[in-house]
Amino acid sequence: MRVGIGLPNTTPGADGALLLEWARRADAGPFSTVAVLDRLVYESLEPFATLAAAAAVTRRIGLATMIAIGPLRSAAMLAKQAATVNSIAGGRLTLGLAVGARLDDYQAAGVDHRGRGARLSEQLAYLRGRCDGLKVPLLVGGNSGAALLRMARYADGYAHGGGPPRAFASAAGKALAAWHDVGRPGRPALWGQGYVALGDAERGTAYLRDYYAFTGPFAEKIAAGCLTTPRAVKDFVRGYQAEGCDELILLPTVSDVHDLDRLAEVLA
Amino acid sequence: MKVTVLGAGPAGLYLAILLGRAGREHEITVIERNQPDATFGWGVVFSQDSLAALRDADYPTYTEITDTFARWDAIDVCYRGRVLRSRGHAFSAIRRTLLLDILQRRAAELGVTLRFQVDVTDPSTLHDADLVVGADGVNSMLRRADAQAFGSVLRPQGCKYVWFGTDLVFDAFTFVFKPTEHGLFQVHAYPFDEQRSTFIVECREEVWRAAGLDEASEADSIAFCEKLFADELAGHRLLSNRSLWLNFQRVQCASWHHGRTVLIGDAAHTAHFSIGSGTKLAMEDAIALADALERHPEQVPAALVEYELERQPVVERFQQAADTSAGYFERVAAYTRLEPVQFAVNLLTRSGRVSHANLTLRDPSFGRAADAWFAGRGTAIAAPPLFTPLRLAGAVMPNRAVVASRVSDVDGVAGAGFGLVLTQLVAVCPEGRVSTSTPVVSTVDWPALVEAAHAGGALLAVQLGHAGARGATRPASFGVDVPLPAGEVWPLVAASAVRYGPYSAVPRPLDAAGMARLCSEFAAGAALLAEAGVDLLELDLAHGRLLAGFLSSLTNHRDDSNGGGLADRLRFPLEVVSAVRSSWPADRPLAVRLTVADWVARGGLTVVDGICAARALASAGVHLVHVEAGQSVAEEPPSYRRGFLTELSDRARNEAGVPTLVGGYLTTIDEANTVLAAARADLCLLTLDPVAAHGAAGGGAG
Repeated sequence: MRVGIGLPNTTPGADGALLLEWARRADAGPFSTVAVLDRLVYESLEPFATLAAAAAVTRRIGLATMIAIGPLRSAAMLAKQAATVNSIAGGRLTLGLAVGARLDDYQAAGVDHRGRGARLSEQLAYLRGRCDGLKVPLLVGGNSGAALLRMARYADGYAHGGGPPRAFASAAGKALAAWHDVGRPGRPALWGQGYVALGDAERGTAYLRDYYAFTGPFAEKIAAGCLTTPRAVKDFVRGYQAEGCDELILLPTVSDVHDLDRLAEVLA
Repeated sequence: MKVTVLGAGPAGLYLAILLGRAGREHEITVIERNQPDATFGWGVVFSQDSLAALRDADYPTYTEITDTFARWDAIDVCYRGRVLRSRGHAFSAIRRTLLLDILQRRAAELGVTLRFQVDVTDPSTLHDADLVVGADGVNSMLRRADAQAFGSVLRPQGCKYVWFGTDLVFDAFTFVFKPTEHGLFQVHAYPFDEQRSTFIVECREEVWRAAGLDEASEADSIAFCEKLFADELAGHRLLSNRSLWLNFQRVQCASWHHGRTVLIGDAAHTAHFSIGSGTKLAMEDAIALADALERHPEQVPAALVEYELERQPVVERFQQAADTSAGYFERVAAYTRLEPVQFAVNLLTRSGRVSHANLTLRDPSFGRAADAWFAGRGTAIAAPPLFTPLRLAGAVMPNRAVVASRVSDVDGVAGAGFGLVLTQLVAVCPEGRVSTSTPVVSTVDWPALVEAAHAGGALLAVQLGHAGARGATRPASFGVDVPLPAGEVWPLVAASAVRYGPYSAVPRPLDAAGMARLCSEFAAGAALLAEAGVDLLELDLAHGRLLAGFLSSLTNHRDDSNGGGLADRLRFPLEVVSAVRSSWPADRPLAVRLTVADWVARGGLTVVDGICAARALASAGVHLVHVEAGQSVAEEPPSYRRGFLTELSDRARNEAGVPTLVGGYLTTIDEANTVLAAARADLCLLTLDPVAAHGAAGGGAG
């Protein structure tokens, strides 16, 4: 299993300087990938622009959206952005897409929230079949049967939304079932993710409560799942590895580059 | 901390005990609407694995509870005048009033305030507490008061049931199945002390009405049941304790806490009584909540989140098993065609928590007898079901393991040990290809493949079909339903002009001439395969391809005789079956790969449609139905998990009376043995890496 790290593009106070420094250190550290989240309404940096900048200051590390909310963009625009980042990065991009969970992002983008699943399918069909230049691995996220079917039909892998290893295992089993149901050969790449706050746990969990406030009581559960000790990170990594995860992205919750160093130390 | 617990059932009392013994300065009050000795129901069951948790949580109550336990390790299945016994299940049970008495005494001893006959109807009167615990059961006042915040969903589940006691002491968990002129009745009975047993009677609602039980008094119901089960009761009586016919209420909550209020036990969730886990789950909730509060002193919100994170996934698994079990007892009349041994295996494995291997491990002689019965040779020992030959028409498959293979891989897969190698789709004509890599039936060297399969000890099955609206796509390694570039697409045909996926071409509806040509192409393909010695022919009537496009009303909008009701939509597929039968030898098995149900909520195939279709195909001479679901249209919401097609296969097999082949992501030998032993299918398509499996074998004893 490879372990990647999130770029802090949605944590409070993150700016360009921090993101570039973060990307440089990640490239020099024990990480396979830097990944970004995507939220339109929340205070954050745009994922593709962020990855383009990260691409410019890194050499080897993979770049990924984990995930980008596909339907907020037109298929052609999405394909252009992805192809551009991939070109700048010399072919290091993995494009993770899902429908996201927030109504207000859709309203702000002026996109109908209903029919978002079918719209994502259409985008995926476009990315797969209609733009020959784009040779980027695709991941699809989501827990519903429709999302898993969409993943199996169009993607190269599954982007799980987070949770303890047993939740990942259950979702991964469903992803594999979907893959065989549509008759794809081989198996999908399985990506997982988890939140980390090794420096200031209070700040990290406060951010998660705020970031996920729209989910109601679920925000507390996400905050409770935040990995705040080296031991918790190690157990989590071991758990995901045991469940067959191919790439695990550990996402920061505090805009402090020392958190990257702390994580690098734990993983070393 | 001031804790108010509403409800003095096992969950509430046990939590009060655990908090009371924690040694902290908790002020704990348990409030109960009823009197201390009032209770509903008779005995409660525990399984062995729940006991260790009770021992570790509070040793004094553990010893008192287990001192009086009725213990047994057998399950008896009384069916068709026989009693089949399976051992090794390690149950125990206790009289519910005794359990409550032990818990009440222990709670009082630990300084818990117990207030009985206090009816709280307004949650705000409890708000001076730091923590309010809703242990107030399935009809929880606290849950109902904040139904939206808890996200509670209630629905009736399963059969009508009534909860009696009896002075007959059973020596096993006893299931009785009793056919009557009104329909099937069944009993779940188990001992709970040295004098009495619980005796639950259930039946479907229409059976209950037909028997007049909807208008019967309590005494009439008892008289009816005593008469019906006179043999099993052997002169003993049924005892009533407010024993009314009920519907089981399934309770599920998105959140188990809200502010300072937390739900435990039946207030938060129920699991159908037929898996006997309600009290166990309730007491485990109490343990988890007490532990979380101990780990987070002075931090009630964090403790409640942790409690919920720990318990919800566990309870969800039990609820899923309970749903399956409740569904089984609703449909059990469909299984009464099964022979007693298989009926018993089917019953014991109904919820997915007990497998063929578990049964064999728990009771080796039962497992051996079931395997020997399955093999049907009258021997004392036999290979497990997956390795038992199957005769279909004139063919004998050496075992029941099926592997799917690309035509080009048949050679490599043949010697891997599977009894049947089933090719992926082979097109009847070039226009019927899925992609450019789909073989056309007339272009393959079939005799060579048959020889390769036979040399490896397998039979060869060919899936013959036409991609219909799902044709002209890129190879599956690239994705599915991704159309070829515009210049390379060939014209598509289908039942109606319904585009399959985004950017797919709109197919042309088949006209009469096209249908006639297709029939003859299928017949010619079948003749060619027959001539080459292919062992089994499978026609593709699944997943939205051409023939399936006729079957589902999502894709069949025709206004001729091939559109409309199910019988009309089946007309053309049946014509194809008939054309194929004219050129396929009668002694070789003919299978159909069939979408038995769509996943969409409205407008697609229902399971009942699928069962009708399976029945019609069987009457048309089809020997085997390969069960599939969904994909009639691109955007369906399937319910994926391991063995996600097993229940559909079970229903098709046992309600349409046709042998089935099922896949649905079966990945282990044990899963397959369980499916076969329990009569849920006759052949299993395993999802394994056949090359790796073969390689491992070759590297071993080879």
